[in-house]
Amino acid sequence: MPKDHGIGASPKRREDVRFLTGEGNYTDDMNIHGQAYVHFLRSDVAHATITGIDTSAAEAMPGVVRIFTGADFEGVGGLPCGWQVTDKHGEPMQEPAHPVLAQGKVRHVGDPIAAVVADSLEQARDAAEAIEVDLEELPAVVDMKAALEEGATKVHDDLTSNLCYDWGFVEEAKPEVDAAFERAAHVTTLELVNQRMVANPMEPRVAIGDYNRATDEHTLYTTSQNPHVIRLLMGAFVLGIPEHKLRVVAPDVGGGFGTKIFHYAEEAFCTFAAKACNRPVKWTSSRSEAFMSDAHGRDHVTKIELALDADNNFIALRTDTLANMGAYLSTFAPSVPTWLHGTLMAGNYKTPLIHVNVRAVFTNTVPVDAYRGAGRPEATFQLERVIDKAARELGVDPIALRRQNFITEFPYATPVAVEYDTGDYHGTMDALERLMDRDGFAARRAESEARGKLRGLGVNCYIEACGIAPSNLVGQLGARAGLYDAATVRVNATGSISVMVGAHSHGQGHETSFPQVVADMIGIDESQIDIVHGDSSKIPFGMGTYGSRSIAVCGSAMVRATEKIISKAKKIAAHLLEASDADIELKDGQFTVAGTDKSVAWGDVTLAAYVPHNYPLEDIEPGLEETAFYDPANFTYPSGAYACEVEVDPDTGKVTIERFAAADDFGNIINPMIVDGQVHGGIGQGIGQALLENCVYDSDGQLMTGSYMDYAMPRADDVPFYAVDHSSQTPCTHNPLGVKGCGEAGAIGSPPSVINAVVDALQSGGHNVTHIDMPASPARVWAAMNQ
Amino acid sequence: MSQVTMTVNGKTASGTVEGRTLLSQFLRENLNLTGTHVGCDTSQCGACVVHVDGKAVKSCTMLASEADGASVDTIEGQANADGSLNTIQQAFQDHHGLQCGFCTPGMVMSAAALLKDNPKPSEAEIRDYLEGNICRCTGYHNIVKAIMAASGQDVEAIAAE
Repeated sequence: MPKDHGIGASPKRREDVRFLTGEGNYTDDMNIHGQAYVHFLRSDVAHATITGIDTSAAEAMPGVVRIFTGADFEGVGGLPCGWQVTDKHGEPMQEPAHPVLAQGKVRHVGDPIAAVVADSLEQARDAAEAIEVDLEELPAVVDMKAALEEGATKVHDDLTSNLCYDWGFVEEAKPEVDAAFERAAHVTTLELVNQRMVANPMEPRVAIGDYNRATDEHTLYTTSQNPHVIRLLMGAFVLGIPEHKLRVVAPDVGGGFGTKIFHYAEEAFCTFAAKACNRPVKWTSSRSEAFMSDAHGRDHVTKIELALDADNNFIALRTDTLANMGAYLSTFAPSVPTWLHGTLMAGNYKTPLIHVNVRAVFTNTVPVDAYRGAGRPEATFQLERVIDKAARELGVDPIALRRQNFITEFPYATPVAVEYDTGDYHGTMDALERLMDRDGFAARRAESEARGKLRGLGVNCYIEACGIAPSNLVGQLGARAGLYDAATVRVNATGSISVMVGAHSHGQGHETSFPQVVADMIGIDESQIDIVHGDSSKIPFGMGTYGSRSIAVCGSAMVRATEKIISKAKKIAAHLLEASDADIELKDGQFTVAGTDKSVAWGDVTLAAYVPHNYPLEDIEPGLEETAFYDPANFTYPSGAYACEVEVDPDTGKVTIERFAAADDFGNIINPMIVDGQVHGGIGQGIGQALLENCVYDSDGQLMTGSYMDYAMPRADDVPFYAVDHSSQTPCTHNPLGVKGCGEAGAIGSPPSVINAVVDALQSGGHNVTHIDMPASPARVWAAMNQ
Repeated sequence: MSQVTMTVNGKTASGTVEGRTLLSQFLRENLNLTGTHVGCDTSQCGACVVHVDGKAVKSCTMLASEADGASVDTIEGQANADGSLNTIQQAFQDHHGLQCGFCTPGMVMSAAALLKDNPKPSEAEIRDYLEGNICRCTGYHNIVKAIMAASGQDVEAIAAE
């Protein structure tokens, strides 16, 4: 019988009512009295020197308030990078300046040159067209290999080259790894591309800056996954505004997927301009603008080699990756191909020797940063593809080869610096094999073939490091911030509760799931509990939502704060019941003296806390509000096994996903309905990457995929129903809820199984195809079949 | 600038607009009906779908002046008279057919238009009809399931949980 309340239940989402009736409050829905609008004039070339900007005609246009250029931001800090990677020689990465508006040069299509603030958006756009910009075009650096060649045009004149860093991990292990390859019985090699993606949350970014001259307070309303991070970065590093004078609000946010983590120029601009113009300034991105200004994702080119012994045991793994940083370093960009990628290369397997080399490269393209999964999908794709290729080369069953090499004992210290606390990879694979109906595949393939189609089956496993992250560890690795989270539990006099949380919900359903936890701990109805999120003035602190961290890190802080509440409430109850604290038990919202029928209700205790007429004032303060900060002891390690069945039309190369099965181990689960939904969405994005999506630049650095006309988003008819299973549960050992996080799993786990299935289908048709790069579009598949 | 008058969710609404003002803009900015969302600028995403004289229309692709005299229905007018969710809205909540909520108004309006013409659509018909509505959160699983449920079909047997 499924639970009907508390942890493990699936109550309907309370946020849905406002979203279903058009009463959500997204940033673009907000308008502040007297606001002006900004339109950014962006570079339409990839690389050029700005030799002149003439704004005089534009300034005379109707409604123009003020026009800003890079000159207005001299002396203002640039956009900071939040992570410093150290290269294999112990040197810090090369870190270029990233001005709010371009200064001297433009470095990618979309780089903002000028900003027009006007009474209306139309007036701002019209005036922007009247700005005369003289650009002296420079050769564009687009291809990563070419960018690293001797004498290549530099994206940044003040850096020594286009190499951001050359990272080796673990560098000391390299000789031993190379030696293992020398003695290997079999080596499988694969070169692949993990293509550039655009995150594309359906809500484009928006920023509204507001300034109160009377109090010298700034407010920024923004579409952010982490308002406190924006306050920290923009306040401290860009505009020099102390925290108590800067409020950052992220109201309802229409999806993030990573690209709304970062601090963007438009946020700093609107905050700056609101003071400079003495009126609120609003910017709403168009989708076309989003394609050239939202940080992109992925964009790795990798060679991976897997060494096996004569018994098919994995003995070593070696990878060499070029990772595109784009033209500037976005907030967390350097960490993605390194610490969120190299540390995952052990996957679910006991490969003892691993070396990962990553060279991060500057190019004249939009900056690249975390996109759902961030580094972990790149790791999983190459590892699970090379294992599949090895299985085919060796003529062994791909599931059996994986099982043979599974890690089975926990905790397990990988050779790439992380220690998995728990997992049951055989159990999860067992769940998958039940779910995917492997035995029925032969009949389904025969049926497809009878219709002239090819059918393929692909499987893969994944492991991810979530619950980001232990601050002391990431500090050693170059993070310039702590990655704890915080929660304040405010119990009101009548017993209702507001929980102020640092995590931000933009689709994850926190407003429903977080109260389930507190309700379970106290034994009161969930309807008495609300969470408050997304406003730095209401919440003590928080690092936001990304890296599948909300329930694992912020949820843990909420548990700790609730424990403090319960501890204090028991003292109050003990006083009211004239008993000892130690004898008080809390169950179903009643405090009882153990072994007696003496009890007092939750509401009586909370009322006593605020009306302390009969209260132990000599021992404890009145009131009932507690805050906790929680810094995780380790990452969490969700894992899973996925299977995909595709049909390929040999006449057109069109791939159709026929079946998709996902078995995940997320540890304990708070709300199964929401967890299923997270997995569905991740799989949808993973199928998008595998079959459809591709962000393309031409050799001049022009963005060829600048709208939904060119960039193929997955639509309802591109995907099937998904079969998902979370019955395999090994609770996390180091956080109080035993949770691991589920937000990114689907996007991490799904692309390799799709491509493995496509290769299987093509081989079943007699085509000697060992790999196909994503997206496996009809053109690519047809070409592979007819090469 | 010209004057437009239309019936929006059963009430008369008027405003002065530029020739280039889109219906989506008029609804959001002049009438403050911000439930109609704008997710792209190429008529692809469908977050802005409303009904004009009973037909589903992408309101970012219609000029406000073209809707002069028309009857327009938006997400704000979809709930039952007592304020409770209508059948489609309720099915979206029951089956977790939304996450961030941004595409949701367009999805609900498209679903309503579909069910008006085809009261019991198959899974394939629903997926085909929703081709012009992009959702980035749900992978469409629960949206399709919700629309099937809203049309009275048994969805218990649909893959997994």
